[in-house]
Amino acid sequence: MIGTNIFQDQKVRLCADDPETLAQAFSRWERNDELWLMLDSDPVVMWSAKKIKEWNEKGEIENPPKEAFFTIHALPEDKLIGFVSLNSILWNQGDCWVAIGLGERDYWGKGYGTEAMNLTLQYAFSELNLRRVTLGVFEYNQRAVHSYEKAGFRLEGRMRGMLQRQGRRYDLLFMGILQDEWKQLQSQAPA
Amino acid sequence: MDFQHSLYEAERICLAPIDHEKDPEIVSRWTHDAEYLRMLEMEAARPLSPAQVKKKLESIEKEMDEHKNQFHFTVRMRSDDRLIGFAQVSWIEWTHGSGWIKMGIGAKEDRRCGYGTEVLGLLLRFAFDELNLYRLSALVPEYNEGALRLLKKANFTEEVRRRQALQRFGRCWDLLNLGLLRDEWRSK
Amino acid sequence: MEQDLFRGELVRLVAEDTDSMVKAFSHWSRNSEFTRLAGSQPAIPHSARATRKWIEENAEPIKVDNYAFSIRTLADDRLLGDIGLDGVHWSHRESFVGIGIGDSEAWGKGYGTDAMRIILRYAFEELNLRRVSLNVFEYNPRAIRSYEKAGFKHEGRMRGYLNREGRRWDVIFMGILQEEWRNHDDHIAT
Repeated sequence: MIGTNIFQDQKVRLCADDPETLAQAFSRWERNDELWLMLDSDPVVMWSAKKIKEWNEKGEIENPPKEAFFTIHALPEDKLIGFVSLNSILWNQGDCWVAIGLGERDYWGKGYGTEAMNLTLQYAFSELNLRRVTLGVFEYNQRAVHSYEKAGFRLEGRMRGMLQRQGRRYDLLFMGILQDEWKQLQSQAPA
Repeated sequence: MDFQHSLYEAERICLAPIDHEKDPEIVSRWTHDAEYLRMLEMEAARPLSPAQVKKKLESIEKEMDEHKNQFHFTVRMRSDDRLIGFAQVSWIEWTHGSGWIKMGIGAKEDRRCGYGTEVLGLLLRFAFDELNLYRLSALVPEYNEGALRLLKKANFTEEVRRRQALQRFGRCWDLLNLGLLRDEWRSK
Repeated sequence: MEQDLFRGELVRLVAEDTDSMVKAFSHWSRNSEFTRLAGSQPAIPHSARATRKWIEENAEPIKVDNYAFSIRTLADDRLLGDIGLDGVHWSHRESFVGIGIGDSEAWGKGYGTDAMRIILRYAFEELNLRRVSLNVFEYNPRAIRSYEKAGFKHEGRMRGYLNREGRRWDVIFMGILQEEWRNHDDHIAT
């Protein structure tokens, strides 16, 4: 629908926040190492808000954008709870990666992430007109795997032993969703 | 310890550094062969001028120096040092011991001569015996049968199939991730 | 699996060496007939230095929304001009195309049409675009005919946009869709 606000749903809205606000939030969230371990394969590091702000400011608005980055605000309180981004957009192939993280622990497992992911997929398929969206998720992040399956992603393989953490090896799972699959899900979903 | 066996030399080819004066012109020629680019890259194939190649080669060395997570080699004939291709291990995640390999033989006449097998052999030995990586990955379009054959012969297995991720030659293709663990390489 | 993506029947598309581009482009800018057919900016000759500066700032950096090539003949490797998709709107999968044959000896010999065929194949089969647009000046009938031959359809005109030689001229808009290109007799598929 051309008239609807594609950045908002019941529980969340997708926004853009100042580098300052974002940096403060990220720096706070990073102190929860569990979040980092779910999200990133880089060794856990706690960066200062100042450093994060520098990085955020360096990222210019490119044309065409290589990335569509959003912050997630919970409604109705309008609180910044996380981020979601479509990145590494390979325009000629119509493929991109999605990454999502909810920094505020209190908002885990309540459907905020699912809604944010749905809005993001809608953006990818209806505004950017991409053909597919890819994601990587760590084997031990089962909550995320289930959430992505619910959103329509299909398992496409696993890279064996890509991660070594706390004395064990874990696989990196790949999941993907095609524009056609997503469209079908939309037509089946209750209004 | 097999220090006598050079890390850089195979039977006919060798791994070597970039020659910033001579290489750009040769590489520029390769980039005018769309087949070469389309086998290697997901991005839209586009030819590069020698000046553009020069900038690219300079930034590769700069990145190697700054990030310390990639190793880029040129591939040259041992007989006359002629540049025939490139080979690299990149996106290395040291704490996990993982890396990605990529290689290419630039001129059509130099392909199907068995050089690819020699290059891959050197690259794997470098990655596993010198960088001590635990596993290697390779990204290959479904239509690149030559690369798939070469990698599978070296014991790589298909780990991920990204469905219809590529759109080329008038249709959609899958994009494959292949993987090789160090133990699998040793056991060969 | 394919013919050479960058080659046609009369010409091929290349990434040109800066020095030869500078020489050719600054030379062609001295022919006002060429510049008035090619652009709406007031015609003015450019020095080699100014041309070099422009090339280094605009043509050399690799951009994701711009795919420009020089055109060389297959027969004798002569540099004729340039052609490019400038300003790709990726989310809409659309782009404008522009072509300029600076070497006036080469006009009316099919080189432009051949180059256009190559770039359309590139647009629709490598960039996977859905449509290509162009605009052309009313007083350039040779180009209009060439574009019609390549499959472009007339889509409208901006009336009296240009003001040259004491009168007003229209700018004509043309476009071609991916499906139309696929069905067009004249196209060269991969």
